[in-house]
Amino acid sequence: MAILGAIDPILTKDLDAGTSDVSDAWRCRAYVERGGYSALKKIISEKIPPARVIDELKKSALRGRGGAGFPTGLKWSFMPSDYDGDKYLICNSDEGEPGSFKDRDLLLLNPHAVIEGMVIGAYAMGVKRAYNYIHGEIPEACARFLEALDEARAAGFVGNDILGSGFCVEIFAHRGRGAYVCGEETAMLESLEGKKGQPRNKPPFPAASGLYGAPTTINNTETFAAVPFVVSMGADAYLAAGTPGNGGTKLFSVSGHVERPGNYEVPLGTPFGALLELAGGVRASRALKACIPGGTSAAVLPAEVMMNLTMDYDSISRAGSMLGSGAVIVLDETTCMVGALEAITYFYQRESCGQCSPCREGTRWMHRIVRRIENGEGRSGDLETLEDVARNISGRSICALGDAASAAVQGFLKHFRGEFAHHIERGQCLVPREVQREGCRLRERSSKATS
Amino acid sequence: MMLARESLEKIDREIAKYPEGRKQSAVMEALAVAQDEKGFLSDEMIEFVAGLLGMAPISVREVVSFYAMYKHEAASSGKTRLTLCRSLPCRLSGADEIAETLKEKLGIDFGETTPDGRMTLVEGECMGACGDAPVALIDDKRMCCRLTREGVDALLREIG
Repeated sequence: MAILGAIDPILTKDLDAGTSDVSDAWRCRAYVERGGYSALKKIISEKIPPARVIDELKKSALRGRGGAGFPTGLKWSFMPSDYDGDKYLICNSDEGEPGSFKDRDLLLLNPHAVIEGMVIGAYAMGVKRAYNYIHGEIPEACARFLEALDEARAAGFVGNDILGSGFCVEIFAHRGRGAYVCGEETAMLESLEGKKGQPRNKPPFPAASGLYGAPTTINNTETFAAVPFVVSMGADAYLAAGTPGNGGTKLFSVSGHVERPGNYEVPLGTPFGALLELAGGVRASRALKACIPGGTSAAVLPAEVMMNLTMDYDSISRAGSMLGSGAVIVLDETTCMVGALEAITYFYQRESCGQCSPCREGTRWMHRIVRRIENGEGRSGDLETLEDVARNISGRSICALGDAASAAVQGFLKHFRGEFAHHIERGQCLVPREVQREGCRLRERSSKATS
Repeated sequence: MMLARESLEKIDREIAKYPEGRKQSAVMEALAVAQDEKGFLSDEMIEFVAGLLGMAPISVREVVSFYAMYKHEAASSGKTRLTLCRSLPCRLSGADEIAETLKEKLGIDFGETTPDGRMTLVEGECMGACGDAPVALIDDKRMCCRLTREGVDALLREIG
């Protein structure tokens, strides 16, 4: 894996420079040569008060990179500063949203940026103990993070008396074991406490009652990785790299029917077309049919809508979808939209934790209906039932998993209803099965695109 | 002894990651350590881990059944477990054909174990590596990337 391309990168800048061996670019020494840990050193040596660090983040308009896009500085300011007991900080590397694979690359290629961001967060919020919850399916990335952590501890960036300041924070890794729902922050807290990962009701929010009932903040891996750059560049420069209200750059995980699936770092506000081009365009130069811009939890958008959008939180949201974690799934003209939705509904019915009836039962019903339509056994009235079930899940579960499953179904029906109706009436797909199969076959990876 | 000394020491190191009185937080890793040593988790092992961490056995059992990567002995478990990702991005890069090829070559369906007990084929969900689609995990330890129909034979030879 590698970062396959970028436009004005920040997080992945110079990743292949400064070392004789590119495979060592993740190491502490290489990170420091790139200017790494200078943000932490600056905060410590200039004795910048925690409140000012948080203000700087607010000014930068850095928004949470895990999916919800919540302003990071604001989230940090919710942590009580006058609390006497233990407080916790958690990095969410439990990346399981179909289409999202940026955290794996960040942990493999630039783990010290994540660690530095966590240490700065701990400083800003007065936290002494932090955990990185890492997706169980990426053992290599977890091993890399642990090795980087040892380096950081040895170099005095993590642990006791950091850089002689008296400030201490210990960081640990906690591995997930295969449950998508644990990426939801309160399910993650349950999991960290050694229980099955079923989400908690909110409120109370984690900043009031989180891990072991103590004030806790949870941020995404990419959010933490961005923090040192916000501090060292200054909020204004970071903000200027994106669009107003959408500060900085973002990693986009581009997958599906493209020539070069991979991670690309571009400024927020970059036109979708430019990102698609960076990923080598649609596979075998076929026509774009649709795109899911933010992981399967985001509503699918047809090609003509997508090609007019810029990749930022506000633009995608105005089009009726969401930027999510930046997981861009490209669907070309060989795609059967019923088959695609079958895969998505199957995922949610398997991953529903079973706690809330509307989600537990509803995701199963939705999958059963979509599967029978896909199998040529659809009945008249199926689409109405499907919509009815989707509407009745939405807003009726503790966490957003039910909402996500519902949004996915509603998005497909909104834009591709005719294709579903055709399946029901004719018992077969608009796209011949052999064409669909050919469309899914991998081609030799083309050489790196120039940009 | 239910577990080797080395495994018990590993579990002690895991417990030390959490605050005083929060041993239960180490249950996921303790179960993983036990599974690594024994290949699966027996009812006796669940009781043993519960005792180590001061938990009710049913609470440990809940954890085992909730997370996909634990192998409870009640489930069929071959020597090697191959988990193929079935999420949308992998399907868009040919996971369906890989699934058919694997089923044909092994003569089993998802959730089944080969008659010689060597291999269990499992359907998995997103592994967070869609840029390398289609992907599969071997024993939850190693990821195979950009699988092709032609590559399936070599893969099976390597792990079989």
